[in-house]
Amino acid sequence: MGEFKVHRVRFFDYMPAAIRAMAFNRRTERLALARADGALEIFNFADNYFQEKVIPGQDGRAVEALCWVGRRLFSAGLNGEITEYDLENLRPRYTVEAYGGPIWTISGNDQGTLLAVGCEDGTVKMFEVLEDRIQFQRNLDRQKGRIISLCWHPSASLIAAGMMDMIRIFDVETGRATHRLLVERGVGASKSKEVVVWSIAFLSDHTIISGDSAGKVQIWDGLTGTLARTHLVTKWDVLALSVSQDESSLVAGTSEGTVVQFQFLSSTLDGQNKDWVRTRTFKNHSHDVRALVHTETAVVSGGMDTQLVVRPLLDKVEKNTQESAMRKMAFPHRSLVCCAKKAGLLLFQFPDHLELWRLGESDGHGETTMKFPLPPFQVSKLPKDLRSAHQLCFSTDSSRLFASSINSSVVVVALNQPECKYLHTLKPKSGEAESNLILEPVHLLFASEDGKWLATANTACEVQVYNLDKIKLHCTVPVYGSCPTAIAIHPTSSNLVVVHADQQIFEYSLVQKEYTEWSRRLQKQGLHSLWLERDTPITHVTFNPKHPAHIILHDMFMFCVIDQSLPLPEAKTRLFNQMILRSLPEPMRILHRHAFKMCKTFQNLMCVRLLEDHSLVVVERPLLDIMSQLPAPVRQKRFAT
Amino acid sequence: MVEHGDIRVVHRGGSKINSREPVVTNDSRFLLCASGERVKVFSTSTEECVHDLRGHTDLVTGVLLRPTNHLQVYSCSVDGTVRLWDFTDGILIKTYDIGYPVYAIYASANHEGVFFIVTPTQSDNRSELFQLVAVHLPQSGDQLVEAQELSAVLSNVSSNPAATGFGRGGEYIASAKGLHLEVYFFKKQKSYRFSLKEDNKKGGKNTLMCIACHPKDDCIATGHEDGKIRLWRNFNHKKEYTYTTLHWHHNAVSSLRFTPEGTNLLSGGLESVLVQWRYNQESERDFLPRLGSAITHIAVSPDGTLFCTSHSDNKITIIQSCVKVSAVIQGLVNGESVRTDLMVDPRSKSLVLNGKPGHLQFYSLQRDKLLYNLDIVQQEYIHELGLQQFEVVKVAFDAPGNWMATVEERKPKAAEPEINLKLWAFDEQTQSFVLNTTVSAPHEAQITSMCFSQAADGQTSMLVSASEDGHFKAWQLPRSACTEDEGPSWSCDFVGDYRGLAPQCCCFSADGSLLAVSFQEVVTVWSPASWELLTTLSQPPKAIRDLCFGRLGCSKYLMGTTASNLLCCWNLLTCSLEWSTSMDVSLLLSDPLTENMAAFCCQAESTDLFVFKPSEPRPVASLKAVCSGKVTRAVFAPREEMLESCEESSQWLNRSQLYFLTQHMDLMTFTTKAEEDRLAASSKQLFIDDSVAMTPFYLLLGKHRKQENQDSLTRLSAELMPLPRGSLAIKELLQSPAHVLPSTSVLCSMFVESLLVSVADGSEESKHAEEEMESEKEEEDSEGEMESRTPRPEPASPGLQSAESAAPALTKAQLKELRRVKKLDHGWLADLLLS
Repeated sequence: MGEFKVHRVRFFDYMPAAIRAMAFNRRTERLALARADGALEIFNFADNYFQEKVIPGQDGRAVEALCWVGRRLFSAGLNGEITEYDLENLRPRYTVEAYGGPIWTISGNDQGTLLAVGCEDGTVKMFEVLEDRIQFQRNLDRQKGRIISLCWHPSASLIAAGMMDMIRIFDVETGRATHRLLVERGVGASKSKEVVVWSIAFLSDHTIISGDSAGKVQIWDGLTGTLARTHLVTKWDVLALSVSQDESSLVAGTSEGTVVQFQFLSSTLDGQNKDWVRTRTFKNHSHDVRALVHTETAVVSGGMDTQLVVRPLLDKVEKNTQESAMRKMAFPHRSLVCCAKKAGLLLFQFPDHLELWRLGESDGHGETTMKFPLPPFQVSKLPKDLRSAHQLCFSTDSSRLFASSINSSVVVVALNQPECKYLHTLKPKSGEAESNLILEPVHLLFASEDGKWLATANTACEVQVYNLDKIKLHCTVPVYGSCPTAIAIHPTSSNLVVVHADQQIFEYSLVQKEYTEWSRRLQKQGLHSLWLERDTPITHVTFNPKHPAHIILHDMFMFCVIDQSLPLPEAKTRLFNQMILRSLPEPMRILHRHAFKMCKTFQNLMCVRLLEDHSLVVVERPLLDIMSQLPAPVRQKRFAT
Repeated sequence: MVEHGDIRVVHRGGSKINSREPVVTNDSRFLLCASGERVKVFSTSTEECVHDLRGHTDLVTGVLLRPTNHLQVYSCSVDGTVRLWDFTDGILIKTYDIGYPVYAIYASANHEGVFFIVTPTQSDNRSELFQLVAVHLPQSGDQLVEAQELSAVLSNVSSNPAATGFGRGGEYIASAKGLHLEVYFFKKQKSYRFSLKEDNKKGGKNTLMCIACHPKDDCIATGHEDGKIRLWRNFNHKKEYTYTTLHWHHNAVSSLRFTPEGTNLLSGGLESVLVQWRYNQESERDFLPRLGSAITHIAVSPDGTLFCTSHSDNKITIIQSCVKVSAVIQGLVNGESVRTDLMVDPRSKSLVLNGKPGHLQFYSLQRDKLLYNLDIVQQEYIHELGLQQFEVVKVAFDAPGNWMATVEERKPKAAEPEINLKLWAFDEQTQSFVLNTTVSAPHEAQITSMCFSQAADGQTSMLVSASEDGHFKAWQLPRSACTEDEGPSWSCDFVGDYRGLAPQCCCFSADGSLLAVSFQEVVTVWSPASWELLTTLSQPPKAIRDLCFGRLGCSKYLMGTTASNLLCCWNLLTCSLEWSTSMDVSLLLSDPLTENMAAFCCQAESTDLFVFKPSEPRPVASLKAVCSGKVTRAVFAPREEMLESCEESSQWLNRSQLYFLTQHMDLMTFTTKAEEDRLAASSKQLFIDDSVAMTPFYLLLGKHRKQENQDSLTRLSAELMPLPRGSLAIKELLQSPAHVLPSTSVLCSMFVESLLVSVADGSEESKHAEEEMESEKEEEDSEGEMESRTPRPEPASPGLQSAESAAPALTKAQLKELRRVKKLDHGWLADLLLS
């Protein structure tokens, strides 16, 4: 695979924000996730858990709760506002002030007609969901003490509210509280502290399940308002609850970082006398589990330690398949690093600022890289049309700037003049742009080296190529069912390489407007199973100018050089064969070579780029460094300490 | 066992009572446990052994209450039989011959006429594979039945009885082996198998150790090697099974039990803490700590009031309602090794050896009971792997039993060993040994041998200790020189050495006038009075291993064994070698009461025993292949009463008994046929007729009480009027157990009638009642056979009243009797009233 001089960069202090809330849309299989900095992320669970969309956060708009109503996403926060998001253009659509103080929780009924929010002042406010906005309908009976958690009964006639020291059940029709369930305080020193019902679930058989700050998961009979069973789960808080769709399983997330599963089991095998029994305990987090989702097959959890964990339930999935493997998502599924190949500059993207670094020289035999942070500088005025951009891309000669904008369009700006000048907008389908067509945002842009082509990919899985000379759409690559995660155009052969979230690789000839021979061969033979089982997407594709047949790509755990001139690996050959090849004599080596050459020396990769001088820049962000920057977890008694 | 003519090697006393789970009877009065070749019945209130169920000819491997009759118990053994006993009377009812060694037995009330046993897979008896087999009990009235209807249920099960158990209502049986749990449903005839990974990411080992099934719910609890307990549910699904994990134990869980109602789960392990988990409320648990040593088994009485825990130091603890230890049944503590030799305490005639860590145990062989533990080291024992602790390595008693010397040793890694010599005086008041002198570092190196001299005057005694540092030291108690407040204490009297060699063994002659100390291949003979070296004897080329003076008539001989497999006999009068013979003697010891000496020879993985007199060239007795492995510890224990065996070959056993420890730490002894017969005869005499178990105290007190009762009775009767002759029947009635009596309503009229003074047929009647009682008893004894018997025909006419025919349908017979009584002439009553 050749030898590279490597700049090993570890000074990118990327720090993901803690996960605050999650909501899962079972119909579209999209998970919405809110982080502590207000950013919102949408994951597509149907497409290999790919992070489709990211809506950056705003100052002072911390999201406390999320809620799907149909395809619409609402959030509420401690600033007292309800926000609906525009998922096509990746920005908040509007905000509504609830006038009830900070909002702790938001919950929509199953029918999608009403939104209930729980406020600091003790009111549950009902909002009617209209076509294009929401409208305040009325208040339920005002209570003393804040409303922390809410859950609708599936029939939408009752709503349960978790408060301080108690749970209230409201009749939605009359707005009156029908039951008051008193929650016991903790024992010992916490007796004087009031207990917070952090999370609540209302099942169709009128069972209410609550998780509180005294570490209890309690099962209540909602018809009589009596306590059925108490499970002491932790010494600290139970922060989140989630019930499976069939109401046979329940998960509870605690401050200790554990997720405890309860199952509705009959005590005897013939199926009578069902009861909630504590079964499994998952420990995949080091800190608070703030948000939990119980999908059909897995438990999805997130919390203070910033990682999103998908833990499959082994009784629901086939064993030893890709689905049964646990996933931890720590890094965003896009590149946060830009690299100037000639100048040797690195640009790091942070939520609220950028950092520019110059690569230094080392004495030659180490992998050390001196770092020089560059002073920030002001850019000249930008044209109006460049107000909102999801993705930016420069042409190779730096004369043009491409920015993906609203409605899946790309704005082209000329930079060679003293002032930036808006040139034109590239639209995917100029003539037949219909009003009801949902236009997904463009999340990938690539301008070819010769300045002729511009490739775009959007979250609707469409890949379009524009001819920049003619300023019009050149072709659309046949739509594949999985979202593209990285695209690139070969500098000499003008072949477009697309890597998808399900790890498939396609090569498309822009000249012939068809898949290349190599791509067809690859599809025919199929990719190696180990390649398909990797659980992080390829975030960048590039080419080696010295070896035109080499494609360089990387994900979080490895980087790979695909040599198109070598035979593809068979299903039973070893994919990771670099160590074996090294031990073999020269003639044998040729026999065992195959196209995929993978390197796992560098871990937790944020970026791998090939510089002009044929050296590699590798930006690492070790997870341990992220862990060490987290606040201290709750104290736990460890055995033998 | 090996037989030699009429001498047999047997387990007699000191056998393990913790090898299998104990069983508590339904009324919680008795505790049954397997002990060697017997099943012992203990009283749970007095800890006393009530019965010894003898009959098996090999190790008993399981005890199980018969589900259909709670007064009977099954026991299984490696000898290939399952026996049914009546444990209240200690009678063998039936023997089922299986033909294969049985390692565990299970039964369920829902499987009538079937029990389940674990046997080796039939093809090979020595294989490590075991299977669970259902045995259908043949319907036969015979005492010895051959069970032939065997059907395999599960193959490849664990031989550990704790790893298999019946589920709710006997619907399924669950068995754990290695990393697999297998559940077999009898109705569906289908088994489900669940596997665990070998170990998890954190290094916990998932091997299943034990199993318990919930009695009411379908829940199986399994204990694991890493201390976790898993509660399995939904196990009739291949995939949707689920389990809860509980974790408190830090080491393997060795036993799990549910209480009879299923409200609690008990678990125990190395921590010697009994943990009680609330079922379905597992975060709440109770602990009973400080139970002494690791828990190996847990048993719960059927009414749930008593918990019993077996412990690794051969102890059974009886716990009342998980809060209070109410009784401790302690067997002989079988440690990893016996560093001290086997010793006999001259006073109590008990066996003395290492017991609990840092202790000496005094074990009465006659009563098969631990007398007491003496704390020698007097330091807190810290349970930690690899921690070097003080150990008692040598112990010696003087002849009258007034003094005891102990040596304790701690050998830290890469450091000099710490040695303490302690001398203990017997205190008459407390009847135990009291520490008199502690000598720290009596020698610079390990003490190899230590012995007391039997001084001629019998007053002063002397202790000689030999050490690897090249010296032997004599210790003496000064007669007078001592202060008022402290008693005399021991001090060193003489330090001897010989050419800088390390002394190996030392031995006093019977009269205490000579001391023999061996230095490598040289035996030096010293006079303890003047400490001069009298003579040296030597027999090159190898070092002396054992030294022993002859006793009584042979006291002029000194016996020794060498490492070059020589047994030598020196004549001390001529100071020359009398005779020598080549044999690999692993242990040589002399009987203190006779001239006999015993030599254990190890040859080809088995040990032979030779008993000889030094003066005679021909051995008194020789037994081949006594046991497998090498015997290194043995002792002659004097008998309480002499045997009168006339046979020459067994005469050496008349005055004392020879006990030895095998390789596997089993205490064995030799017994003769005559002795066995005598024992069997004596056991027949025992019978229980009261609610209190038979104990020596009871026998003492009970006699008085009985007398008192009789006295008062006679006084009463004298005062009132002569009681009817039916008083015998009353006694019989009151003495026979309630469960064999007919209902009170039936008895009442009879009883009242018997109190009345009858004129003519009174005596006849009472006799009749007596007869009936007896027949009833018989029936109780033979209930096992009853099931198979066809009901006997009813007596045709009411006139027929033989006791035998009335036996099967007792209440009916009573009714008939009642009818007959009604017909009787009651005219005499009117006469009586009138008069």
